[in-house]
Amino acid sequence: MKAFGVESGVVVPLDRANVDTDQIIPKQFLKSIRRTGFGDNLFDSWRFLDEGDIGVTPNERQINHDFVLNLPRYQDGGVLLARDNFGCGSSREHAVWALMEYGFKAVIAPSFADIFYNNCFKNGLLPIVLKEEKIDELFQLVAREPGFTLTIRLPDQRIELTDGTHVDFEIDAMRKRKLLEGLDDIDLTWAHTDAIRRFEVGYRTRRSWLFKD
Amino acid sequence: MLDWEPGLATLYDKIWDDHLVGRRSDGVCLLYIDAHLLHEVTSPQAFEGLRLAGRSVWRVAANLATPDHNVPTENRAAGIGGISDPVAREQVVTLDANCKQHGITQFDIHDIRQGIVHVVGPEQGATLPGMTVVCGDSHTSTHGAFGALAQGIGTSEVEHVLATQCLAQSKARNMAVRVDGALPDGVYAKDLVLAMIGMTGTAGATGHTIEYTGAAIRALTMEGRMTVCNMSIEAGARAGLIAVDDITLEFVHGRPFAPVGAAWNAAETYWRTLESDADAQFDKEIVLQAERLVPHVTWGTSPEMVVGVDGCAPDPADAANEIQADSVARALHYMGLSANQPVTDIVLDRIFIGSCTNARIEDLRVAASIVAGKRVAKSVKQALVVPGSGLVKAQAEREGLADIFLQAGFEWRDPGCSMCLAMNPDKLLPGEHCASTSNRNFEGRQGHGGRTHLVSPAMAAAASIAGHFVDVREWI
Ligand code: SF4
Repeated sequence: MKAFGVESGVVVPLDRANVDTDQIIPKQFLKSIRRTGFGDNLFDSWRFLDEGDIGVTPNERQINHDFVLNLPRYQDGGVLLARDNFGCGSSREHAVWALMEYGFKAVIAPSFADIFYNNCFKNGLLPIVLKEEKIDELFQLVAREPGFTLTIRLPDQRIELTDGTHVDFEIDAMRKRKLLEGLDDIDLTWAHTDAIRRFEVGYRTRRSWLFKD
Repeated sequence: MLDWEPGLATLYDKIWDDHLVGRRSDGVCLLYIDAHLLHEVTSPQAFEGLRLAGRSVWRVAANLATPDHNVPTENRAAGIGGISDPVAREQVVTLDANCKQHGITQFDIHDIRQGIVHVVGPEQGATLPGMTVVCGDSHTSTHGAFGALAQGIGTSEVEHVLATQCLAQSKARNMAVRVDGALPDGVYAKDLVLAMIGMTGTAGATGHTIEYTGAAIRALTMEGRMTVCNMSIEAGARAGLIAVDDITLEFVHGRPFAPVGAAWNAAETYWRTLESDADAQFDKEIVLQAERLVPHVTWGTSPEMVVGVDGCAPDPADAANEIQADSVARALHYMGLSANQPVTDIVLDRIFIGSCTNARIEDLRVAASIVAGKRVAKSVKQALVVPGSGLVKAQAEREGLADIFLQAGFEWRDPGCSMCLAMNPDKLLPGEHCASTSNRNFEGRQGHGGRTHLVSPAMAAAASIAGHFVDVREWI
């Protein structure tokens, strides 16, 4: 997994609550058996006016020029600013893959849906939770200042604005370490295979009906 | 490592504790997984990861697979060759190959036991009380109906479970949803759970495991309980569960994967203990009165945007704040509805009876009883019944339900997810309104530009005849 240290990016404001993973990456793109190739179809049904499918390139599509991702000032976005319950709905990890492949390194919102939040940490996308008021302020700043950029320093749990001010954020210490070091979850668990085997022996006796093997 | 006091444990606490392998060096808990269900969409990258890391499947017998999202619901005799979309076909072929390579049991596209993974697991007795169940699909919460801890996971976690038989996670908080009283006639489990989501909102249970309790829950059949637990995720909970009782055990007994003889007796003794202690501590509790519930219909683009059938679409002017007013206005616009429009005025283009929420035999019986001897309205372009599994389909045909649907003008299809998420050819066209027994009314969920209204099978059936929503209580 890609490690996350200090990242800067243009902030893209997505001013909607309950953005679900069906919107982040619509189902027709889930037919792929790969982990890559989703970036061009991030927010597909908002970004384009026609219905896309795997293999159809963006320049064959009808662009929705009103959608925030298509506005010239938000090109090359690196930080997504969103509202409550971002990433709700389907468990598809493709949503995280699509956001990252598009170029987002972090998503800032007042709250996230559980499975999406979890999936972020498996891939190196940083979900940052801030209070509603802070989020409101950021939305206002983004609207005011074209090219509004944030620098996120995960080691310091700090978001820096270009005017020299900053916002601090909370993050679980273990999750932070995992991102900083780019640790793979399976590798971490793999170190405990003996414990799992020991557990299994006792469990097999205790709940014998579950083991036909 | 108990984090609850003896005598104060919830059902979730107990199942969690029974599966706790320990804490990893980074403090995250390892939870042992009993059953892992797989389908074609979220597993290929996990198997690929396993291959790249040179790992094998930890406990092959704990896995059960079936293709469901992509499979066509017509011309099943053609098998995989009948999947017209080559990309979708490759995914189903890949699941086949992965299962063969690792020796995982799969009910493939030709197997009568094939179906929606959340219908198939319980039907086979692969989901048992007290188990931890995972699947790369958010509606895994369905299996909580059996007093199991069942959670949807992402693809990285699918690989993690394949490789280690464990899930690495932190414990959620406990939430109780108590439903007192008895459901009135014409009001079903689906209405109950939609009403709950209307109350909590789609993030109301985030970070919690819900336990459903109360007389109205105890009175539900296993099908009804599965419908309720299925939609826990729509309230933000990763899992929802219901304590074990006679109804649970009766359903499980005799199923192909269920224990028999002495093993059954041992299991039953344990299963009978699977309920929360009388004084169990919940972090959050909500209470609903079943008698007051009415049939529900979603008007918007999120399951929390729901009203009683006697209600109207909201007016953005009445919203609590600007953000909410904006989201109501946006949803009304997408749905092609006006503020204060009565629900019964919504005219329907298509009807979909199916999905892991409502495609079990009981759902089909209820819907069939309403359409029997009637005809689907001329204005309805298509009315589909998609049974949840091949076995549900066969049973419905034996009971004569298929004939009732066909005579009423419904199409009778082969099992799969179908129009619930429209990954196969069954989809809405832009602007079309659909009465759907599925679980998500997100923008484009049932097809680009499609407009979904979530309802119970009875409500969908009545709407198919009337051509618009009607109060099904007046029909029974
Ligand atoms: S029926 Fe719908 S919700 Fe259920 S597993 Fe299939 S796609 Fe998901």
